[in-house]
Formats: sequence, structure tokens, C-alpha cells
Amino acid sequence: MVTDGGKPADGAAQGGKPGPEPSRSTERSGAGVPVAAPPVGASTGAPAEYPPGQSQAGRGMFGVRGSGDTSGFGGLRPHRPELANASRPYGGPGRSGGRGDFDEVYDALEEAFPGLDDAIEGVTVYRDELTLHIRSARIAEVCQVLRDDESLRFELCSSVSGVDYLGTDDRRLHVVYHLTSMTYRRRIRLEAAVSVADPRLPSVTAVYPTADWQERETYDMFGVVFEGHPNLTRILMPDDWEGHPQRKDYPLGGIPVEYKGAEIPPPDTRRVYQ
Amino acid sequence: MSYASERDTAEGKVFNVTGGDWDTVVAGTDPLHDERIIVNMGPQHPSTHGVLRLILELEGETVTEARAVVGYLHTGIEKSLEYRNWVQGTTFVTRMDYLAPLFNETGYSLAVEKLLGITDEITERATTIRVLMMELNRIASHLIWIATTGLELGAVNVMLYGFREREFILEIFEMVTGLRMNHAYIRPGGLAQDVPDQAIVKIREFLTLMPKRLAEYEKLLSGQPIWKERTQNVAVLDVTGCLALGITGPVLRSAGLAWDLRKTMPYCGYETYDFEVPIADTADVWGRYEVRMAEMRESLKIIEQAVDRLRPGPVMIADRKIAWPAQLAIGADGLGNSLEHIAKIMGQSMESLIHHFKLVTEGFRVPPGQVYVGLESPRGELGVHAVSDGGTRPYRVHYREPSFVNLQAIPAIAEGALIADVIAGGASLDPVMGGCDR
Repeated sequence: MVTDGGKPADGAAQGGKPGPEPSRSTERSGAGVPVAAPPVGASTGAPAEYPPGQSQAGRGMFGVRGSGDTSGFGGLRPHRPELANASRPYGGPGRSGGRGDFDEVYDALEEAFPGLDDAIEGVTVYRDELTLHIRSARIAEVCQVLRDDESLRFELCSSVSGVDYLGTDDRRLHVVYHLTSMTYRRRIRLEAAVSVADPRLPSVTAVYPTADWQERETYDMFGVVFEGHPNLTRILMPDDWEGHPQRKDYPLGGIPVEYKGAEIPPPDTRRVYQ
Repeated sequence: MSYASERDTAEGKVFNVTGGDWDTVVAGTDPLHDERIIVNMGPQHPSTHGVLRLILELEGETVTEARAVVGYLHTGIEKSLEYRNWVQGTTFVTRMDYLAPLFNETGYSLAVEKLLGITDEITERATTIRVLMMELNRIASHLIWIATTGLELGAVNVMLYGFREREFILEIFEMVTGLRMNHAYIRPGGLAQDVPDQAIVKIREFLTLMPKRLAEYEKLLSGQPIWKERTQNVAVLDVTGCLALGITGPVLRSAGLAWDLRKTMPYCGYETYDFEVPIADTADVWGRYEVRMAEMRESLKIIEQAVDRLRPGPVMIADRKIAWPAQLAIGADGLGNSLEHIAKIMGQSMESLIHHFKLVTEGFRVPPGQVYVGLESPRGELGVHAVSDGGTRPYRVHYREPSFVNLQAIPAIAEGALIADVIAGGASLDPVMGGCDR
């Protein structure tokens, strides 16, 4: 787009053509970054500048279909994670004959927590890390057992955070807990999924007081509501902030910058190329 | 008293003054037991290590309630990461905890490498240099701690000395990475460039200098009655309290638990280095001081071993699909791609040019999945949770920042203590707000 010389950038943004409002509410699966309209300053008419809306894979600049991989490096297809159940034995460190620490943890949990089959949705082992997918309503009970049982002893809750898997409606917001057993020197990951419509799950602050601020951060960034939390308020953003910035349909922000007459759009409205 | 009738409410005595003798009104309150005031300390208070805000409820000089407010330095680094490719992420994360940038970079790189499944392919030289740089960084960070804490507790000379020695380390960093802070030196796959020979000479010089300087600090502080009074039995937090609140690092070790991820869950080959995990049993600010002083000595031991085992070799992974295609060199106009490389891609090999272009603009793809990597930063467990959706950009990266988690201990160590001890106690946690707020 050519604008007249020395016009300041914000003047161009406000006084020029009214840019399309990025839609925050609609979920758009696809190229990782929601793009509501062709970005400002990119209208050369080339087909490549319209990122595919429906395709799960980014098609790239050259309009390639299929894997979207124009690099020839990866041959990989971006995907949304599914509950791929690992099969026994799970292995893990201290492996002997296929069985390892992960099997020990799972066996001990099964013994200490009678209703485990109801509480667990799946088990994933990837890159030598064990992930237990827990039904969101049961997360605090499972944490309690993991902390207290003598053969589990996950004393330290290292991290609580969220991941937004946009496009998987009823399991969109995942809360991820990383627990550390100092006694056995092990780590496991718990994952609980909630929907945006009803983003509630029990707080684990009664079991792990350290989760206090980390749950507040997850609430602040993703809008997950931890029931039973003593003081669930925003922690990093200002109190009166609207929206939850780490959600995938929340724009990065930024203003278009005019440079030598051309307008450079903010990063999240640029052409998607991945 | 007819002109100042009094009644009791939940907030205390309320006087309805109709005029007259103010002495009688004032005499009706108890100045000794009604000194409840709320003090807002920060976010611009010089002793709160950046923009930390403490809200303290005081009864005289005693803190009855303390709350920490954070977020003033939130810059959305985790969000910004999702809009850049995997290699560019290093440049962001290095700006989180600005006193331990090389730990942020190493944590990020280890996480990306684990996602790629190339952890074992990282060259030995690159890993050794990572350890070397991290331990130098640990000393620099602890020096800042001793300098600022000294300043806050009245020992201004220690501040000057601490910054002087840190300057030495920053000069080493500048020789190696080109920058004093925000290095973006440790990258997925290896390092940005090799360590120059002059830097090794300078590190050796540092190794002979530093033990003497550490002894000097101890001479200044350890026998000093004011320093002892201000630190001993101040801000006590035992192992139970630490574990419940998730406190790791020197604070946990000062309570007597020798939990150091370099020993307990080793990474970067730390299991092959000979060093001790210093602990104290006092669980107070004094213990944290002793632990940090001893840790600097242990770091010197590790640096010496790392320098000794440096052997010539590549510092980037051999896999050309991941390694940065260009080598850097100093030209007439500053640091840039080496002329040799430019000549090759511009004059000899179009495939090299395409390869360079694709890798630099688009970046490499990382298989979908998630990993968590924990490492021992100067402040405790620095955890990196990285999620990939198979694309060339991070889907989500979360930093478990020890500053953020450790600050939760403020109410536990401040309530019931004197307001002066809040300064000492808060400083002993060594929070860095850039890391805390990200």
C-alpha cells in the first residue's frame, strides 16, 4: 500500500481505510494464527496471501496442498493432539525388560486410588515423559493421592500452566501440572481438559499451596476457573483487563508500522507461513 | 463528654464530635495499641529488586500481614514466542530473567532439542561450553545478590566489590557472545559461535582471581556484627514450608535439603563434574548467604573442569536441517555472515542459497508433542514446558520461573517480623522481576 510520505503510522491506521476488526470470538482452526482478513499492506493480489482457513495445515506461501511442507525438511503435518493411549509397559527411566519407572508409578497409583479408571482418560508416553490425562473434576483427588501415598510421594508441584488447543471445542483448554517426586527423583505430568464454555475444575491449592500463584496465572492467561482457590484474581495483567491473553484467538496486538511509505502489519496479521 | 459521645463498632471506637475540648477526644484513643497502618512498599521502592510491590499491614514496626503484588514487568514473552520460529525464541527467553540469561537460553534449547529428539547429538564441546557459561552466569547472579543485599542491609562497600567482579564476568560474556546481557548465544542445536581463545585466557585469569575476592567478601561480612544481626534468625523458612510453597534453590538448601537438579536430575553432563551441593541448617538469611558463597566456589570448580575438558570440535549439531547454515565472522562492517559462506551461496551453489533461505526465513519443523525440562538456575528450579504442533513455531512455551514461585514465600517469612526484616527476607529470596513477570 502506498501512502503519502511522512504521514505518521498511527495516523495512517486511524485516518486511512478502516482496517477489519480481528474477530476474537470466532474459533478458527487452521494455521495456528487467527487471520480475520488479508493483512494491511499485503494486497498484491497474489493467491498466496490468503491463508487457508479450513486446512489444518498451513499451506504456505506457494499455495501448496497436502502436507503444506514446501521445505522438504519435515514432511510433517501440524495437528491437534489426540488422546493417543500408550500401551503397557510404559517404560521410563530405570527400565528393565520394558518395565520402568512409569509402570511403577502407574501401578502404585492404581493401588492407592481405587477409582482410577473413572478418573483417568488416557496415558501418554512421549520423549521419556509420562503424561496422565485426568478427568478435570478429579484432579485434586488424584493430586492428593500422588502427594501422600508412600510409594508415589510427589512432594513438589513444579509447575501449573495452561495450553489452548484451539479447534478442539470441548477439550480446548488444557491445564498441565508437572509434579516432582523428590524421594524417587521422578517427574510426571498431569493434564486436565476443560471447555471454554465451562472452564471449571477443582483447585489443587489445598494439596499444593505453591499452586496458588500458578493457578492465578493460568486463570489470568487462559480464563480457567479453579474452584476452591482462595483468591482467584489476575496476577500478571491489570485487574480490569478484558480477555485472556494466552488464548489462541486473542490477538498478539501491536500496531501497523509505516516504513518508507509501505505499511508493515503487526506480526499476528502478517501472512501465515509455517 | 457530652460533646464527644463514643460508641464501639467493628472498626473500633467511633467518636461523634460536636465541638469543644480536643484533648478529651484524643485521650479516648489508645496510642500504644492502635497503630495499625498499611504501608505500600514499591513498586518503585529501591529495595524491592525491581518492580515488586509489597502491601504491609503494620502494628508499630511489626508486620501483621504481607501481600506481594507482581505483574508490573509483564511483557508477554510467552505469547510473543508463538509468533516467531523456534530459533528466534532464544532471543526472547534470554530477556526473561535478565540476571541469568544463559539459563533461560539453555532451558529453552534443551526443551527444543528434546522435542526434536536430538539431545544425544549435541556436540560435546557445545555442552561443555554451555556448562561453562551457565556456571559463570551463576557466579555473576550470586554476585549481584550479595551486592544488592549488602547495599540494602547497609554494607555499601560489598555492593561496589560485587559489581566489580560481575563486570569481569560480563567482559568474558562480551568476548564470547558479543553482548553483556541478552546474549541469544545458546541456541537449539548448539551455540551461536565458538569461544575465542582470548576468552579462555580471561576465564583462567578469573579462576585465579575469584577465590581471593570471595575470601575478601567473607572477611567483610562474616564477622561483621551488623551483618550477623540483620541476617541470623531472620526470615526463617524450614523444609516443610519450602516444599509446600514450592521454594527451590539456595533458599531450600539453606533449610538443609540438598536438592540441586544438577545432582538429583542431571542434565548437560553435570553428573560427570566433581562438585558439592552446599547446604546450611539455619534456614535463615544467614544460611542463604553461606549457601550462595559456597555455591560460587563450587561453580569455580565446575568452570575449571569445563575449561580443562574443552577439546576442539564443532559447536553446532551436524544435522544440516537444524544447524544454522551460516558461520559468523567479523567483517569490515562488523559481525555478520562469513565471506566464505556468502561466496558459496551467492556464487557457487544455488542449493546452498535455497537451503540458507528456507532455514533462516521459515525455520525447521519440530515434531508435535510436549516436553518439560528442569534446570537449576541461581534461584531454583527453572522449568521449561514446550509444546509443538509440528510447525516451525512454538505452539506454547511456559517458563516455571523460580522468582515467581519463590515470591509466594513473602507472607510466610514477613508476617510477625519487623519491617526491616522484610527487606532482608525479600532480598534473600533473590527475586528477579523480569523473570517473575515475563
